[in-house]
Amino acid sequence: MRATISALLRKELALELRTRESVPAMVLFTVTTYVLFHFGLDRNALDGDLAAGVLWVTLLFAAILGVNRLFVAEHEQGGFDGFLLAPVDRSAMLVAKAIALLCFLCAVELIAVPAFGLLLLGPSLGQALPELALVLVLANAGIAVVGTLVAALAIQTRARDLMVPLLALPLLVPVVLGASRATSPLLAAGGAEALPGDWLSLLALYDLLFALIAYAVFDFLLED
Amino acid sequence: MLSPCCPRRHDRPVPETAVALRGAGRNYGERAALRDVSLELDEGRTLVVFGPNGAGKTTLLRMLATLLRPHSGEVRVLGRALPDDGYAVRGRIGFLGHEPLLYRELTGRENLRFHARLHGVDAARVEVALDAVGMTARADDPVAELSRGMVQRLAVARAVLHEPELLLLDEPHANLDPAAVAQVQPLIGRASGRTRVVTSHDPAGGLIGADLALGLRGGRVALLAPAGDVKPAHIAALYA
Repeated sequence: MRATISALLRKELALELRTRESVPAMVLFTVTTYVLFHFGLDRNALDGDLAAGVLWVTLLFAAILGVNRLFVAEHEQGGFDGFLLAPVDRSAMLVAKAIALLCFLCAVELIAVPAFGLLLLGPSLGQALPELALVLVLANAGIAVVGTLVAALAIQTRARDLMVPLLALPLLVPVVLGASRATSPLLAAGGAEALPGDWLSLLALYDLLFALIAYAVFDFLLED
Repeated sequence: MLSPCCPRRHDRPVPETAVALRGAGRNYGERAALRDVSLELDEGRTLVVFGPNGAGKTTLLRMLATLLRPHSGEVRVLGRALPDDGYAVRGRIGFLGHEPLLYRELTGRENLRFHARLHGVDAARVEVALDAVGMTARADDPVAELSRGMVQRLAVARAVLHEPELLLLDEPHANLDPAAVAQVQPLIGRASGRTRVVTSHDPAGGLIGADLALGLRGGRVALLAPAGDVKPAHIAALYA
């Protein structure tokens, strides 16, 4: 299974490097959204709850763009058939796609988070960065797993672009809630405060729960 | 050189009947695409399938390839019952459909290496397959930049890369010029020694090298006879 995941993941990254369809669009979306918040809120600097909310809602909507594109090549270029004809564990595709989406999200955040610090954030990011990275990883994992599951379901429907946000956003409410609450003290006006462990636990539990659900049902999504 | 056929990887009893259908059927929603198809094809033999568009040829091939579940009847491929034992036969089937199953943005070599990894095939075989279809010189061009004939040649290489015992070929010569047809014959033609199920619209050419002929019309069997007993006029009647 490891060799299959490796083959699929290499293919995913090669396709994204070749086409540049997902990550650049996601980055552009986040930066544009920050600018819109800047003018919409009519504030030069955000902190605390509001900063955390703006950061995570923006990242979530950017992730939806990537989720929408996740299975397009498989659907339009026969990738599903090619994969299904091989004597491999079908769960390998779930794992490879989720890791690929996780990589895309991390790549986006390498630009989006510093851009948020420059354009909207009042307090400095420097001190909070290690803890924020931990929150980002946990939230990204949840988004990647749920996003992969939803994308695999939506790609079979005609209204894919509509189905992805309709299915993914409600499922990802706990991620936004947990990530925002965990991030809020890190972006406090008076300097970063302690990371709330209970919200991190919620994110970790969510990741585990949906990873198990996705593993259990993914085969059926690929079935005829 | 790619070997003609390949009893190599699996320790398994060799079935005498490679493909067996008994009353097999398949629906798309309310519409029956394939109804009550029964036939047997022995190992190493070739079945040619004729029929007008929408007759059920592609559905039959996709069902044999484990890509579609049969909705009625029994389907056995290489001694295994489908869909339950689909996993056991997937790596032993080579499928060449209307779509090449190649990623347009990747090169031919990248695509074949990807499929080689999925099938657990040594990377060296990719070069052998590229050479066999005459695509070594253009192997590093993205598939999107190749002509349809070149893409079809790559698709042939993909289909035989893992040395399948059973070839399912949906109009395999589509987009190929005569020289390319001759080039791929050792791989997917009768000379390959593999059991083959081939769809065709060519009454005369399709029967060459075939052992059994199946004619489908409206998803039903309209003709099933040894290929030697079938005249082009019988095939033409299917399209009337």
